Amino acid sequence: MVADIKDKAAIVGVGSTEFSKNSGRSDLSLAAEACKAALDDAGLKPKDVDGMVTFTMDMNEEVDVARALGCDDLTFYSRVPYGGGAATGCLHQAAMAIATGMAETVVCYRALNGRSGHRYSEGVSGDLITGSAIHYGWYTPYGLLTPTSWVAMYHKRYMHLTDCTEDVMFEIAHATREYAVNNPAAFFYKRPFTREDYDNAKKICDPLKLYDCCQESDGGSAVVLTTPERAKDLKQPGVLIKGVAQCSGKDQEEMTSFYRPEIAAIPEMDIAAKMAYEQSGLTPDDIDAAVIYDAFTAIVLWQLESWGFCEQGKAGEFVLSGALRPDGRLPTNTHGGQLSEAYIHGVNGIVEAVRLTRGTSVNQPKKDVNHVLVTSGVGVPTGGALLGKMD
Amino acid sequence: MTPEERKAFEDKVHAYVGREVNAPQKGKDDVNKAMIRHWAEVMGDENPAYTDEEYAAKSSKGGIIAPPSMLQIWSMEGYPMAHNPSQDVQRELHNVFDEHGFAGVLGTNTSAEYYRDLRPGDEVHAHTVIDKISEQKATQRGIGYFIETVTNFTDQNDEAVGKIIFRVLKFTPNDSNDATGGDDSDDGMPEAPTRIASPRGHDNKWWWDAVDEGKVLIQRCKSCQTLRHPPRPMCGECQSIEWDSIESTLDGEVFSFTELHYPKFPGYQYPLVCAVISLGEGTRIISNIVGCEPEDVYIGMKVKGKVEQVDEKTMLPQFYPAD
Ligand SMILES: [Zn+2]
Repeated sequence: MVADIKDKAAIVGVGSTEFSKNSGRSDLSLAAEACKAALDDAGLKPKDVDGMVTFTMDMNEEVDVARALGCDDLTFYSRVPYGGGAATGCLHQAAMAIATGMAETVVCYRALNGRSGHRYSEGVSGDLITGSAIHYGWYTPYGLLTPTSWVAMYHKRYMHLTDCTEDVMFEIAHATREYAVNNPAAFFYKRPFTREDYDNAKKICDPLKLYDCCQESDGGSAVVLTTPERAKDLKQPGVLIKGVAQCSGKDQEEMTSFYRPEIAAIPEMDIAAKMAYEQSGLTPDDIDAAVIYDAFTAIVLWQLESWGFCEQGKAGEFVLSGALRPDGRLPTNTHGGQLSEAYIHGVNGIVEAVRLTRGTSVNQPKKDVNHVLVTSGVGVPTGGALLGKMD
Repeated sequence: MTPEERKAFEDKVHAYVGREVNAPQKGKDDVNKAMIRHWAEVMGDENPAYTDEEYAAKSSKGGIIAPPSMLQIWSMEGYPMAHNPSQDVQRELHNVFDEHGFAGVLGTNTSAEYYRDLRPGDEVHAHTVIDKISEQKATQRGIGYFIETVTNFTDQNDEAVGKIIFRVLKFTPNDSNDATGGDDSDDGMPEAPTRIASPRGHDNKWWWDAVDEGKVLIQRCKSCQTLRHPPRPMCGECQSIEWDSIESTLDGEVFSFTELHYPKFPGYQYPLVCAVISLGEGTRIISNIVGCEPEDVYIGMKVKGKVEQVDEKTMLPQFYPAD
């Protein structure tokens, strides 16, 4: 059965705070500002909001954000687990709530002091903030403590089985950096880099080096969704959810699915992609641009394969063809991605995907952009959304 | 080091005893109110004898004095040394220790004597000599030598105003690369950091308890005999909750691996390689590859494991090249 979700909800507003390394204020202040910016963008008022969605990892309670913003009654609130895997999961929850009438206008937000507060690069080395201590206990005694180390384990295997070389990883890092150079909101605004910089950067976990890894950032991003009917009367052109799916694959662990027959792949994203394409009636050929979750260069490759832009194991070739560049087959992470703009757990990526669909990215491709893919973090249960222009 | 090499080394370092680190040197600034005030503010020392002229004039001090503990401050080199450390005799001596494997350095203690109050306008001259080098000592940090330097401070009239003795331990770290010490003394060493252990709950305690006894077990469904790892309470094949276990022979093959470079965590020895290992029994396990250079590890490499004590508190399976 294919879920009946196509064109049931539209993103009508997007907003972000400044991205920085030290915001000097609370997570709640960032969340409230991002939500307010998204509502302003839509021409909506806080009292129009009746639903809220965020990450289980977010520190800001929905009721606190609602009270800070001055919302009235909320009839829908929900959270999506698994770190960055929740990014488009928020759209998934919001679209279902709107499609069923549980809520009319839903704000999705994520705000964190990810540099000045708890740093994700510390992995599970400090005080565990989740109840998954026993799970990570299979890895911590050996020193496998950080997201980079878990991803490196998959990627070593991927490189072993495919033609992927450091040239490919550099191309991903470099493409996002070149986009960020033009983006005033990006950490690497006006700061280009060279192959030499990439090669000489600190080794993190073999085969990943510093510039294969994303930023750690303070900031918040939010998007507002409502019904397509209501969207017609609002300030910005609506961006429709054409398809949206989540999946936890067989034998999934949180970041450490090392016990599957093959680990150089992300089967949960294959399934989410298939579902989203079926819901939307679209195929990979219909997708004009993408925002692909890039906590690491490596994980972009696996997702390009999951979403059918190239064959399994051939993402390296695809990337080296210049596909991710402004004039390429699939301009990708045109805001600079999390590698080069900021790490707001993928929600800044949803904001960019909306801009691409509206035609307002700072690096807007010259071609018509009708459909844009945006994905969630991988290694964890994940998913993605296909966005399209409203008629 | 052979006994002859050790003697040669000790003769070489003991020859430094009595040598001056610097010729007597006048401090960059004479004692002055501004630096006294900064120090008092930073240290949170509100004694008005340091900052309140009126109060100080009426007190037994008869005027503003510098906090005695500022003695060394008046002779410090200033910020440029952070970029361009002086290449003095002390550095030279430390280099000799470094070259012979005593690369660790730990400030162990300082003692100071103050002969008179310093007042604004006083000059401070410092003269540092290497005073003592101990015999070789076995400390909890590792084998090493204590080096004592003495700095004598004099004023504009060549009168002694104070003396500071500074003792450091140059040592070969016991394990890992923990060459940077805190301010702990050799007789009150903190416990060495250990690896981050797994918490033990209902579903995994038995496994870790077996590791403590030197065995790696694999959970087995009593109903359908399917092996599973990591352990979980129910068999995914037949949903039975009855299980026992078999002991792994720890014959395995590297399925994937990574060398961990950064960040380095206390309690772990680097270089450090983690690997996904396919065991002969058919399940996989995550562990470390040891007993070879990280560059020599490859996917498909045959490995053999054994349970070892890796630090004071931790027993862990570790895998070695099989041949
Ligand atoms: Zn069974």
